[in-house]
Amino acid sequence: MKQSTGRTLTISARRRRAAALFLAPMLLVLVLVAGWPLLRTLWFGFTDASLGDLAGARWIGFSNYLEWLSYGEGDGEWVGLLVDGEWWRAVWNTLVFTFITVSVETALGLVVAMVLNVRFPLRGLVRAAVLIPWAIPTVVSAKMWAWMLNDQFGIINDIGLKLGLISSPVAWIASADTAMVAVMLVDIWKSTPFMALLILAGLQMIPEDIYEAAKIDGVNPLVTFWRVTLPLAAPAIMVAVIFRALDALRVFDIIYVLTPNNAETRTMSVFVQENLFQFDQFAYGSAASTLLFLVIAFITLGYIRAARLNLG
Amino acid sequence: MKILKTFAFYLLVALILLFSLFPFYYAVLTSFETGTAIFTPSYLPQNIDLANYAQVLSQGFFPRNVLNSVIVAAATVAISLFLGLTAAFALARIQFRGRKLLLLTVLSVSMFPQIAVLAGLFEIVRALGLYNSLGSLIMSYLIFTLPFTVWVLTTFMRDLPVEIEEAAIVDGAGPWHIVSRVFLPLMWPALVTTGLLAFIQAWNEFLFALTFVSSNSTRTAPVAIALLSGTSAQETPWGAIMAASVIVTMPLIILVLIFQRRIVAGLTAGGVKG
Repeated sequence: MKQSTGRTLTISARRRRAAALFLAPMLLVLVLVAGWPLLRTLWFGFTDASLGDLAGARWIGFSNYLEWLSYGEGDGEWVGLLVDGEWWRAVWNTLVFTFITVSVETALGLVVAMVLNVRFPLRGLVRAAVLIPWAIPTVVSAKMWAWMLNDQFGIINDIGLKLGLISSPVAWIASADTAMVAVMLVDIWKSTPFMALLILAGLQMIPEDIYEAAKIDGVNPLVTFWRVTLPLAAPAIMVAVIFRALDALRVFDIIYVLTPNNAETRTMSVFVQENLFQFDQFAYGSAASTLLFLVIAFITLGYIRAARLNLG
Repeated sequence: MKILKTFAFYLLVALILLFSLFPFYYAVLTSFETGTAIFTPSYLPQNIDLANYAQVLSQGFFPRNVLNSVIVAAATVAISLFLGLTAAFALARIQFRGRKLLLLTVLSVSMFPQIAVLAGLFEIVRALGLYNSLGSLIMSYLIFTLPFTVWVLTTFMRDLPVEIEEAAIVDGAGPWHIVSRVFLPLMWPALVTTGLLAFIQAWNEFLFALTFVSSNSTRTAPVAIALLSGTSAQETPWGAIMAASVIVTMPLIILVLIFQRRIVAGLTAGGVKG
């Protein structure tokens, strides 16, 4: 008896050692590509690093964030990220983009999910078709829509004119009032399938006898939807919303490809990438990167608290 | 009433299909058009002209870019599956303190805004001498493929019964033997699912590929498409862009059609981002 306990102990000790050995490479990689770079980015935000001279970066405190630039004789102005109108414009654009796309995608995703939750012939085919926009590379989606939304030769203007919805061709991408709409349209097209599939997984967990019972009791289908379907699918919807929102908050590809150099649609990610690698403002871009991280972390924690999500 | 309801339902199905499929259909249509035909919107195929495909595949670096994408995606998948499988074994089958915290940390990395690490990652890429090489992409893509792979494989492995290991333990098999001989054969469904999703993500990635690689011969296909342009803004080669887009998208559509069920299962299990 005693001997066997001793043996199990050695086995579990051996297994714990193996666990450490098995986990080490994975953790090492994550430290290398996520943990360490995050800390370095934070550090660069407090330095005067430039793209050509990362090694020579010197600590300059909060100057990238906020600094009093003195012109002498008590005259001067505040400079830095915290008073940079372009940065706050990018933050605002990101929030508008996220709020509208995620809301529309949730509503449309719910409709698509409810359709796919009904048993009908060809359902498998429709589900596969719905997956296609999700699988198409974002860059390709952006190019496809850029072509469809083309002001002179685009098919969207052609359809709009033929149906009498517009009286003259619209420069969807170039004009300031519609650029954001165009970008959001592409994202909604691309991401609604993902939303629909996550919500569908939630809908499929609702037992069918509940619907049967409601039907027998003669409950109005709309009431069933509001009182049964929505509350029971709510946890799945909440999780889907947070995943989508985290993705939308870091949107880069669509905007970079569809509307380059456009202040109307520039988001936080585009602002950071441009400052880091195109405007030779490496330290300033790193500071913006840190603020971006804080903004997203703040929104995520706020949402999780508000929705009382249990992610564990 | 019943007929009306059925009609409304199928109308909705048709609308969903139209909305999902039309943009890609139109891209295929445009890719077959050349010359001035391209400038008059058409809704049905007029004639099938493969000139755009011939141009994209014979001139410039596009074939090379596609090959780069294949190499990067395949290597990323192989590394994440290997590291993911061994880590999942430790996280799912071995009791140790801090296991749950570790799993949550890994999951939080997958929700990370990648742009927040871009500056620091650029420094590492340069320090390792990987700038402008495919290695920089294979390494950096692990930031989004690895956490998700670990998460899904751990969930899958945790649900396997204890008995399958017991016999091997009694026989005195070591942990490595158990992973490679006992679990690996049982894990194929989960490995295929996570591998597919990781492949799609790596194939579609743009931000790192745009930043860490700078010459025509080392670019991946999405960046090459984004940078395809004519000599002036008026001369955007739409036919060629659409042909290149169709070439890059076709493998994914085939994968989606074949592995539809697995992909849906993986998406809902991992909540992976699109």
